[in-house]
Amino acid sequence: MITLEHVSKTYGGFKAVDDVSFTALPGRVTGFLGPNGAGKSTSMRIMVGLTHADGGTATIGGHRYADIPNPGRHVGVLLDASAQHAGRTGREVLALSALTMGLPESRVEEMLTLVGLTEAEARRRVRNYSLGMRQRLGIANALMADPSVLILDEPANGLDPAGIHWMRSLLRSYAQRGGTVLLSSHLLHEVEMIADEMVLIGRGRIVAQGTKAELLQTQGTFARAEHPEKLAAALAEAGIKASPSGDGGLRAECDPLDIGRVAAKAGVVLAELRPAEGAGLEELFLELTADDARETVTTEGVQL
Amino acid sequence: MSTTTTFADLDLSGTTRPPTFRLVKVELRKMVDTRAGMWLMITIAAVTLIATTIFGFAGHDQDRTFYNFMQFAGAPQGFLLPVLGILLVTQEWSQRTGMVTFTLEPHRARVLAAKVYAALLVGLAAFVIAVAVASLATLVFGGADPWRELGAVDFAKFGILQVTGILQGLAFGLLFLNSAFAIVLYFVLPTVFSILFNTVPALEDSAPWIDFGTAQGPLSEVGNLSGKEWAQLAVTAALWVIIPFLAGLWRVLRAEVK
Repeated sequence: MITLEHVSKTYGGFKAVDDVSFTALPGRVTGFLGPNGAGKSTSMRIMVGLTHADGGTATIGGHRYADIPNPGRHVGVLLDASAQHAGRTGREVLALSALTMGLPESRVEEMLTLVGLTEAEARRRVRNYSLGMRQRLGIANALMADPSVLILDEPANGLDPAGIHWMRSLLRSYAQRGGTVLLSSHLLHEVEMIADEMVLIGRGRIVAQGTKAELLQTQGTFARAEHPEKLAAALAEAGIKASPSGDGGLRAECDPLDIGRVAAKAGVVLAELRPAEGAGLEELFLELTADDARETVTTEGVQL
Repeated sequence: MSTTTTFADLDLSGTTRPPTFRLVKVELRKMVDTRAGMWLMITIAAVTLIATTIFGFAGHDQDRTFYNFMQFAGAPQGFLLPVLGILLVTQEWSQRTGMVTFTLEPHRARVLAAKVYAALLVGLAAFVIAVAVASLATLVFGGADPWRELGAVDFAKFGILQVTGILQGLAFGLLFLNSAFAIVLYFVLPTVFSILFNTVPALEDSAPWIDFGTAQGPLSEVGNLSGKEWAQLAVTAALWVIIPFLAGLWRVLRAEVK
């Protein structure tokens, strides 16, 4: 279990992490989601003591990270797959960790097999690795001692779709055995695929948290009509507030039947009518990213 | 207070922190597991051999003593071993491996202690090699009465010179946390000070009390140091090794590792 209580970190006048509290539970994969620069990595570094918080406490399984003897045996950490000596071979990187943690060198071969790095790849120096290979090496490093807690910063970054699928099943089986998994991502769909629980962070603050089901639960109705402007006008006339969503679609806080009735009465042909799926989360996420994004993006698409 | 542990608590009874000798082993391994590190080691060994051999052929008969062979074996080591010390520290930042090193052992002072021990062990090995190479060279090339002017204090002086060099390298590494910066300053700063203190007349008298190079001079000369010279060595070592080391330690213990 990972617990953060009122953790804060300020750089100069900039609040990178602002009163962050959340818990990642055993047996669950918790997704830590937020745009780049939202405070995910800083929070994770605080958890393992690489960055000292200005305030608040971070504990793992009830202990401060620094108080855990031989912490690699309990907590697997991957914070930056590129943070490896470019001149070392992949195997050597793992061998150094195995030696530090007091694990037999045979564990290195097992981990290379587990993450799918071949004999020849393991002999290559890390500077010649692709990002995907570095991620696999980093995951091997984190999993080596079979820890009960995993902290992974952007682990899917650089993995191909097959790699992401592989990691999803790996982390899922890990959580099923009772492990605590916290992984960060700046991609909503990535977290949606892997995580059971979600914690959303934006500009250093937690903006939403809960189970995936809770956060993605139906909020209103999605409808798409042959002539969107006609449907919009009809709904407005009927007093139903609707907002644009997706490819020419509309989202309204009402029952699907209500929209169906309005459409039938106005003679508007509907192409789609269904409960909206997690659009609320996506909108929230886009709202978070909007200030930092270079494009003006809404759920309708890019505005020109 | 309840002592029951819930499922969510970590049971720490099964693990103990990595013992120091294991951390030292890791640091020793880090010195040679890259091409750069390996070549630095090979260079140190090769230059030791080459320097003594050249002196064996080119030195005057009366100069080819064990003492001088040891000086020739030690000089290139004194030049390169500090670089080894610098790189051992700075690679954690320059190559960002510190993110792994300091998560596997969050007590940074223990990791740094292991680096100091590892660097000193290599220094000891270099010392033994230098003495062995010098002995061999003396047997092969030695002039008349080659073992003269030799006392236990000469070995001590030689050892002190090497050890302070290595520690100074580690200190500069800790202070600057950047390989290129630390290496350049390690070579440039003492040289600038030496030039300054040996050319500006007003500073010349205080040179042995402030300039490390000047104070180290007697270590390479025959015979024991006077009490005053030992004192000057201690004062300048505090200035150039201990203070930078403590400042660097203070920095590393507080620094954010990213």
